[in-house]
Amino acid sequence: MSASIEKGISVLKEVIDAPIASYFSSCVHCGLCAEACLFYTESGDPKYTPIHKLEPLRRVYKQEYTLLGRFAKILGLSKPVTDEELEEWKPLVYDSCTLCGRCSLVCPVGNDIVYMVRRLREGMAISGHAPEGLAGASQRAVEIGSPMGVKLPAVKAQMKHVQADTGIEIPLDVVGAEYMVLMSSMEIINFPEYLAAIARIMKQAGKTWTLCSEAFEATNSGIQIGVSDIARVLVQRIVDGAEKLKVKTVISPECGHAYTALRWEGPNLIGRPYSFEVLHILEVLDGFRNAGLLKTSGFEEAKLTFHDPCQLVRRGGVLEEPRRLLNLVAKDYVETGDPGKMNWCCGGGGGVSAIEEAEELRLTAFKVKKVQLEATGAKTLVTACANCRIVLEEGLEHYKMDIPVVGLTETIAAHLTAKE
Amino acid sequence: MYMLRGEIYSTPCILANSEFLETHMNEDLFLNWVRSTGLDISIGVFVLGTLWRLFEIYSLGRKTDLAVPRHRAGASGLHTLFRRSVPPPGMFKRSPISYVGGYVFHIGLFIVVFLFAQHIKLIQSLTGLSWPNLPAQFIDATAVVTLATMVLVLAERINKPVKRFLSTFGDYAGWALTFLPVLTGYLANKHLLLSYTTMLGLHILSVELLLVFIPFTKLFHVFTLWGSRWYNGDVNGRKGVPT
Repeated sequence: MSASIEKGISVLKEVIDAPIASYFSSCVHCGLCAEACLFYTESGDPKYTPIHKLEPLRRVYKQEYTLLGRFAKILGLSKPVTDEELEEWKPLVYDSCTLCGRCSLVCPVGNDIVYMVRRLREGMAISGHAPEGLAGASQRAVEIGSPMGVKLPAVKAQMKHVQADTGIEIPLDVVGAEYMVLMSSMEIINFPEYLAAIARIMKQAGKTWTLCSEAFEATNSGIQIGVSDIARVLVQRIVDGAEKLKVKTVISPECGHAYTALRWEGPNLIGRPYSFEVLHILEVLDGFRNAGLLKTSGFEEAKLTFHDPCQLVRRGGVLEEPRRLLNLVAKDYVETGDPGKMNWCCGGGGGVSAIEEAEELRLTAFKVKKVQLEATGAKTLVTACANCRIVLEEGLEHYKMDIPVVGLTETIAAHLTAKE
Repeated sequence: MYMLRGEIYSTPCILANSEFLETHMNEDLFLNWVRSTGLDISIGVFVLGTLWRLFEIYSLGRKTDLAVPRHRAGASGLHTLFRRSVPPPGMFKRSPISYVGGYVFHIGLFIVVFLFAQHIKLIQSLTGLSWPNLPAQFIDATAVVTLATMVLVLAERINKPVKRFLSTFGDYAGWALTFLPVLTGYLANKHLLLSYTTMLGLHILSVELLLVFIPFTKLFHVFTLWGSRWYNGDVNGRKGVPT
């Protein structure tokens, strides 16, 4: 047994808890999780059945934590998990799982399958079986500060541009501000409209806010690749920044998994609750709307539809906020099929969009989105996750569909009523 | 003497009778064994096995969630215990046999196991508890429907690529262990195929096999699915995802 597989198995032993034991003991091989997974439904290949992706973890559970399994192991009757096997499973555990969690919502015996995929990735990554694209992103996140290699000067350059465009000063490292705003690399590089939108919305609402020079990046490749140590370092950076600036609320940007990482996994990663509140930008905007601080005028002319980011709805509980916000600016709004918590993933979440070798499969899986969007007849697609946005744009381009994709925050900001 | 012996031991009629007796003896011995020793062993393995498995699973525990819960009415582990029995939006038409078949044979099993007069009498003799039964004709019809549905479910397992791909020996064995008690119970009750005594013995034996294997096969989901649904629903509930 090689050193790497030994480490991998020991980590897998560590991550197995009562829920995982209960889930493996409950599975009846009904195959319904396959019907919920876009990688199976669009490819038709049974190997993409979610529960099958967990085979190595199941065997470690059986061999280490069940009486009969331990007997079988002692007698040499069970097949040990090997490096070769984990390597073979890499396309199943990473390329074809966006951690979207649809399987966990349909399993009739109640298995939280995506929770187990997230845990299995811990063992895969530690034993060197994570995809290169994700490993590189994680390394850059730790060493440079962002998975895309964005550094503070890039942020400052964008601040300058936005300041020039909006005439609003972008605050940096302001101690005692109410809100600390985070961004995703994608927003820093591709979508400066997000920061501009925030500046204008905050100004209208009369709220104090700030960026933080030590913690501007919200994304967390640690939870995608499955290395809790990395995830912890990245969360800790934000916690340190927020506590140093004594902010009341940290705003997770238009990014799905950043929200999961910071809002739900974060306190568990660092081992304590935060001294501040974490809200997704849509929750903040909906709060402003509710308090009468978000005044808009005029409506979007095009027919709109919304793509729910999985980590916001199914894995995050942000369900009605985008609809209430869209209602402010959309006259002609149409839902896709299976909206809200049963939405279909864009196909690029959970780190998949960073895996080069997964591209072909990702575009195949996008067919479900294509069919759904065509059925709506919408002319503009709104979403609230920069990663979904890029993946949707690529998918739409691949299938030659001319539908622009925009962020919800900037859509709202475009309709702000000028202050009298 | 010789004549006498001949008369006693070699007349065909007497011989047939002794075979008859012997068969009866064997039948009775078999039925007695499954009713006493067999039952004791199987119930023992079932009870101890179940307790052990539940301990083995749930003693692993889980970490306390430190994230501040969102709280939303109607989202919790308890809700999920029940609501997960209902197909989520869009799922029914993707796999109708899984849902219809699943419902019919589970409800059918419940009816024939717990609402058949003889079974209630047995439970009463063991525990003192009893409840009203359903008419025998209804139980018969339910058994037939249950058996037919199980055959349909098996056929789908063999024919549907996803199910065939996932299926292991354990899945087929689990099916057989569940199917045989219903089949032999029906045949015994209807006095079909074999003598009542033999068929009843086989019926009890098949139930004992089922009991022995429940803790160690996928059939254990009868116990763990409640824990699984609760864990899953609890996580969703804390995040405010309606269940």
